[in-house]
Order: sequence, then C-alpha cells, then structure tokens
Amino acid sequence: MLDSPLLASPHAHAPVSISRTMGLVLLALLPATLLGLWQFGWPAILLFAATLSAALLFEALALILGGKPLRPTLMDGSALLTGWLLVMTLPPWAPWWIGVLGAFIAIIVGKQVFGGLGQNLFNPAMVARVVLLVSFPLEMTQWVGPQPLFFEQTPGLSAGLAISLDGLAAPWDAMSGASILGQVDLILQQGGDLAAATPELFAPLRALLGGIPGSLGETSALLLLLGGLFLIRKGVIDWVIPVAVLLGVAVPASLLHLIDPARFAGPLLHLLAGATLLTAFFIATDPVTSPVSRLGQAVFGAGIGLLIYLIRTFGAYPEGAAFAILLMNAATPMIDHYIKPRIFGRDRRGRPLPVAGDTAQERQR
Amino acid sequence: MQLFRIRGGVHPDDRKTLAAGRPIEPLPMPKLLHIPLQQHIGAIANPLVQRRQYVAKGERIAQAQGAVSAPIHAPTSGRIVGLGLYPANHPSGLSVRTITLQPDGKDRWHKRIEGVADPFALEPAEIAQRVADAGVVGMGGATFPSAVKLGLGKRYKLTTLVINGSECEPYLTCDDQLMREQAEAIVDGARIMARALGVDRLLIGIEGNKPEALAAMQRATAELDGADVVRLPMRYPMGSEKHLVQTLTGQETPARGLTADIGVVVHNPATAFAVHEALRFGQPLVSRVISVTGGAISAPKNLRVLIGTKIEDLVEHCGRFREEPERLIAGGPMMGQPIPELRVPVMKGTNGILALTAAETGKREPQPCIRCGSCVQACPCGLVPLGMAAHVRSGDLDGAVSNGLMDCIGCGSCAYVCPAHIPLVQFFNHAKGELAARGRAKQKQTETKRLAEHRAQRLEAQKRAKREAMARHKREAEAKKQAEAKAQAGAERQAVAHQQVIAANQAEAKIEPSAQNGLEQAPESNQDKAVAETQAC
Repeated sequence: MLDSPLLASPHAHAPVSISRTMGLVLLALLPATLLGLWQFGWPAILLFAATLSAALLFEALALILGGKPLRPTLMDGSALLTGWLLVMTLPPWAPWWIGVLGAFIAIIVGKQVFGGLGQNLFNPAMVARVVLLVSFPLEMTQWVGPQPLFFEQTPGLSAGLAISLDGLAAPWDAMSGASILGQVDLILQQGGDLAAATPELFAPLRALLGGIPGSLGETSALLLLLGGLFLIRKGVIDWVIPVAVLLGVAVPASLLHLIDPARFAGPLLHLLAGATLLTAFFIATDPVTSPVSRLGQAVFGAGIGLLIYLIRTFGAYPEGAAFAILLMNAATPMIDHYIKPRIFGRDRRGRPLPVAGDTAQERQR
Repeated sequence: MQLFRIRGGVHPDDRKTLAAGRPIEPLPMPKLLHIPLQQHIGAIANPLVQRRQYVAKGERIAQAQGAVSAPIHAPTSGRIVGLGLYPANHPSGLSVRTITLQPDGKDRWHKRIEGVADPFALEPAEIAQRVADAGVVGMGGATFPSAVKLGLGKRYKLTTLVINGSECEPYLTCDDQLMREQAEAIVDGARIMARALGVDRLLIGIEGNKPEALAAMQRATAELDGADVVRLPMRYPMGSEKHLVQTLTGQETPARGLTADIGVVVHNPATAFAVHEALRFGQPLVSRVISVTGGAISAPKNLRVLIGTKIEDLVEHCGRFREEPERLIAGGPMMGQPIPELRVPVMKGTNGILALTAAETGKREPQPCIRCGSCVQACPCGLVPLGMAAHVRSGDLDGAVSNGLMDCIGCGSCAYVCPAHIPLVQFFNHAKGELAARGRAKQKQTETKRLAEHRAQRLEAQKRAKREAMARHKREAEAKKQAEAKAQAGAERQAVAHQQVIAANQAEAKIEPSAQNGLEQAPESNQDKAVAETQAC
C-alpha cells in the first residue's frame, strides 16, 4: 500500500547506487587484473585470492563487532574494491600474509576504525600499502618480470603455492629484479647517464601493453587507461582528477627533462611506468577521500601528480604514488573548506550580488 | 536568440509520453465540491456565504484578507451545504476551513460576469485589480497571488515579461497541452499582463521536448513585435524562475532578491490563460487543467477540472489504478507533495496527480554518504548539499545556514542523483521548518519578555503609588495631630484648621482614583494587543 505520506520529494531517482558504482569500478579493473594474473601466474592468483577474501572477512568481523547489519554493507562492494586495489599495487609474487596483513590494515585500521564507509580520511588501500612498504621493505620490493601461465619456465600450482607460503626462494628468486623506476634510481645513484640508458631500459610500447616488471595490476598502461575511460564514459568518475594527476606528473617531467635529459627521465616514462595510471584513474578518484568540488578536485589531482614526480625524482623511494595520495588526502578537508562553488546570486565571498542602483534602495526602504 | 548556460541540473527521464498529446477533457460534474479557503500564499480567505445559500457560477464566496491573499469563487452553480473543516490537499493531512458546494447541474454563470471590450485601454492598476478580483494565483504550483506580481511595475524598473512554459517536471503535460490548444488565449493574457507591468518585451520559454507547443506559440506570436518564443534546453530545473531568467538573459538574480531586481517578471502559461479569461470575459479562476498520469494510472489524461473536485473523482475518470501505486503525488515527481488521501480536493495550484509505481520511484534504503560530490555537481544553486546535510544531521542548523541552506530552492536535483539514496531534501526541509519554528519561538519569547517587563514595571509603579499615598496619609495624620494640639492651644483658630483638613481630603479624593486608573489601564490594553499579535503569528 501507500508509503507514509510524510515523504520529501523527489519521488523519482536516477538509476544509480553505491553498489552499481563499486561494481562498475571492479568491472573497469578487470582487464588489467586478468592480464596481471595471467602474466604473473599462480603466486599472483593466490595472493589475489588471499587478499580479497581477507578483506571481506575483516569487513564482516568489523561489522559484527560494531553490531551493524552484515548484508547491505558487505554487498555494496566497497570492501572488495579496497582489497582489489591493494593487491593491484603489491609485488605479484609477495607471500600470502602480505596480502592478508594489508587487508587487515586497509579494512580495520584504514576504514572501519574511522566509522566505516564514507568516514575514512585516508584511502584505505594506500594506508595499507605504505604501512607494508615501510614495515616489510624486502617483500614489498621484489619484482619479477612477467612469467605467463602455462609456460615451461613458469611456476606451476605447487611451486606457486610454495612461493606464496614460504616467500621467494631458490630457484625462483633468480627471476626477481628492480622495476623500471627502481632501475632509473639505480642508474642515477651510480652516476650514469639516463638519456643513454633509457632506450634499452624503457620501451614505451611494452609498458603500454604490460610486458614490464612491476606491481600486479599496474603493468599494462593501455588496459588501465581503457578502464579509466570506461568509468568516465559511465559517469562513475569525473575527468577532472585523472587529467589533473596526469598533467601534474607530465608538466614538471617535461620541463626538467628538457633542461637535463641525462638526469631526468622523460614524461612518457613517468606516465606509463609505475602506478601513475592506476593512481590517476582508480585511486585518486576514490570519492571518499577526494574533494567534492570540481576546482578542489583539480587542485587535489595536480597536487598528487606533482608529489608523485617530486618523490620519484628527488625522494628516497623510486615510486611515490601512495605517499602522494596520503598527503593529498590529508589536505582534502582543507581544500573542501576553502574551495567551494559560488552560490547562485552571490559573489565568491557569499555576499548577495549588487542590485542595480535605485531599485535596491527602494527595496530596503 | 542566444541562450546562457546554467550551473548543475539533472536530466530525469521525462515520461511525458504517458499523457502528452491527450486533448484536454472536461471532467463530468462532480457530486460535491470541497473548496478550501487557503489555496494561495498569504492570508486565508474570509467566507462570504451562509449554509443553504444558493450561489451562481463565478460568484464570490470568500474574500481576500490583507494585501497578499486571493478571493475564491463558486466553481459552478449550486447550494452551499457546508462551511467547516475538511482534509487539505497537503501532506500533513490536516483540515482547513472549506466551503462545500452541492452543484445543481446547471452550471449557470453569475449574471454580473462581464468582460472588458478592450483590456489594453485599461490603466495598469485596473488590470491588476481585475486580476485580483478574479482570484488568479500563480498556477505553476507556487500559488502566489498574481495581482501582487502584476503590481511590481510600480516599485521596480521592469523590461521583460517571461512566460515560463518550460514544464521541466517529468510526467506533467498540462501546460504543454494548454499551449497547444489555447496558444492565442495565452498570448493574449500575456500581452495584457505585459501592459499591466508596463513592459514591451515578451519572452515565452518552452523546453525542446514540446515541439507542438513551440509551434503553436510561434504561430500565435508571429504577428507580434517584441515577442519571442524560445526553445529551451531540456534540463531540470529549467523552470526555476531565477534559472530560467538566467538562461534567457544571462543575468543572475541577487540572493534574497526577486527577478524584478533585474527587470524581469515570470508568469506561468496557465496564469496567462486565467488572466485572459478574467479580462476578456470577466470569468474568475474556477477551474484548471491537470495532468492525471503515472505508471499506475490506467488511462493517463489531461483534464479541465473545477476547483474543489475530489482527487478520487479524477482517478475514477481515468479508469482507476492499473496497479496499486507506491506513491500518490500532487505536482511533479521532483518537487511534488504526497497526497494524504484520495478525498482531498483539487486546488488552484494543483497541476498534476501522479500515481507512481515502485519501479518509477526507485526508492532504496539510504546508505552512508561516500562524498562522491554528485550532489555538488547537480546543484543548480552552487551549494554543497552533502555538507549542509551533515550540519543538519548533527543538529548544527546555524552551520547549515552559513553553508547556504537558505539559498536552496528545494529542487531535489541533489537527492535525485545521490548514489547513496540519502533523502537530502528531507534534511533541508526539516532544517528550514525547524528554523522557522525557532524564529516563531524566539519572537514569542521576546514578546513574553517584553510583557513580563511591562508587568513588573506596572506592579512597581502601583507599589510606589501606594507607598506615596501611605506617606501622605502619615504626614496628614501628623499634621492633624499638630493641628489638634494647636487647636487646644487656641480655640478661635480651630474652625479655620478644620476647614483646611477638609479641603485637603477632598483634593486627594479627586486625584487618587484617576491616577490609579491611568496606571492600570494603559499597560493592560498594551498586553491584550501583544497577545493577539503573538497568537496571530
């Protein structure tokens, strides 16, 4: 029968919901993820499964502890997405407990402690990644080149299980190496010439398609880009943050590269290698931890891009995306406080627009 | 013509095809009409009729009270059978003073109903007066007395009259259909209004999803100078007065101001039609066009309905419900109000009756805000709805106000796009209502304080008067004693002293009652007035 009559308008709704939003993001991540899982084989698949199931379990645990209903929150897909984003940024052959511990930090410390969905100040997946990186520097920096499934020299299920359980050991540890950004750092530390080293180090086409060592989900720039464009097309994310992040990286990279190509890598390397695209389209666009106004989002995105570049180029870490995200997350409340849209009929400072001449005085009288 | 972009807005599924193009049908005469005395913004109308009195169609049955009010006329001929309380067409379901009329079926016009041969020969003030006498109010739903708006030319420098045919609410087609069928009459009414306002520019804005109405209005204005029919982009809330004016002129109405501040007055096509009827034929506003539509209505229709007809009669005429409606709405789905029960009457501002299915309302349980900012992008007023809602939720209404709560037009764009299905408009309506209640309470408090201070002053004055009187008595008694002592001393002076005392007593008797009365009465009458004021508020 009829609802209670005391209902506020509107009485129609756009066909949107949180679970639809989360579902579309997962769908957009799927191609890059599948490629990553195929490229890095069984250890990666096990890490993926462990991280996602742990994320769901910790979410359920927190909900039970908090006395909140399980189904609606577990089904909204937010915990799954957090776990998924986290595992995308982990080294593909990291042991299973790295994923589980990461899920704990992301869900419990990063999100539920703040009060659950929508309440967290920092991106949970990035909190987990930074904690893991600082606490387990060895496990978090063992990169392997792509070892696609069903090839002779790749680990099978049992070998993959061993890698996942016991960590990287002989003979598989021989396959590990530095990521491209790590190699760039190494060359610079040894006083090498980057301009000379780049051609053999970095092939843009390979980075685009995904044949490079790196985190599980960030190897194929092309698939991430397609996923991001799909989200923009579907209206799930706005174009402002991704474009601002990419410009924030590309503009300083181009400038410094023009000044001294021997010391500074070019913009293409910075855009295609590492976590730049994953960050721009999937992590910086996390609605909860980004500003709500367009202009605020532009500032936020540009800040992330710039910080990524600065940390990579001048910082101690070869990759700085997670740090950049957390720093700008912290700035989000301030950005939202100072950058608001102009209210209709008012100037930027909130005063009513002036009324032409005498009519205003008449009205006041 | 160059159009200007407005900020934000949404593109709801317009669902106009349900009722669009269906010719306006008159509804068969209902058995009873329930005519509420409060159908407009402003003071309630005052009844002029008695029970069992016979009235003719168009006869005034209630008169306007105060500057902002509107009279009410008999929608048909018949007998007054009731004068009392009846459930209002308002979500509260509370009763309002209502005149119940039993039609005699003859639908006979009152004999004094007579039009003006040439309305353009009338003075602007006279046009406004005739519109006021016809009880015309804003028929887009706002129900502000139209004559008051037609008098704006006296205080503002006006340039343009805009006829708001955007009809941006989904489902509704009553203005569309009226413009298709009565384009000439609407344009005539609009020209009469332009004359009353003293403007020579007439703009008729119609959203692009009404090509037939656009064509009809273009034909009707083809011969006119200074009149333009403008095809508006389809975006909700295009029909919001200030946003429509911005689209057409590029000018922004200052906050807290009127569109008249920038020289523009906006009226609805149905209002223009009512003005045409009132001036040309002398017919007051006794009926209106209503769209009865929605997925749950068997046969959606556009109906010409007498004011006071029960909504039940409309639904009956449209073949009742195809399925049990999830929600019944008076007005459009974006800003309409729920109907508490089917027996409530149609009013001057009722432009649509919607019976919506569960699939159409898209209702879901609210989830936590994920700060996605969809509402910020959708808000046509440049507000941050999620921030305002957070302030309201925590009870910080002043914080909500400083974040622009009072600049919110309640269009519902934010709640429409919210992926968490948070009832944002509910938050804002609650806050606005609470603030209004607080304002009333504060006013009452200051009034009470003023009265209490008055009372204390009065009591203090009474005490003082008493003390003074006693002191005087004492002095007099002493004087008497001394006089007596002196009297004993000199017998010949006794007679003189006695006369003095008598004279003093007489003078006192004269002064005292009048002084006391003066103190008592003045504050008392003040108090009565103040109490009456407080109650009226």
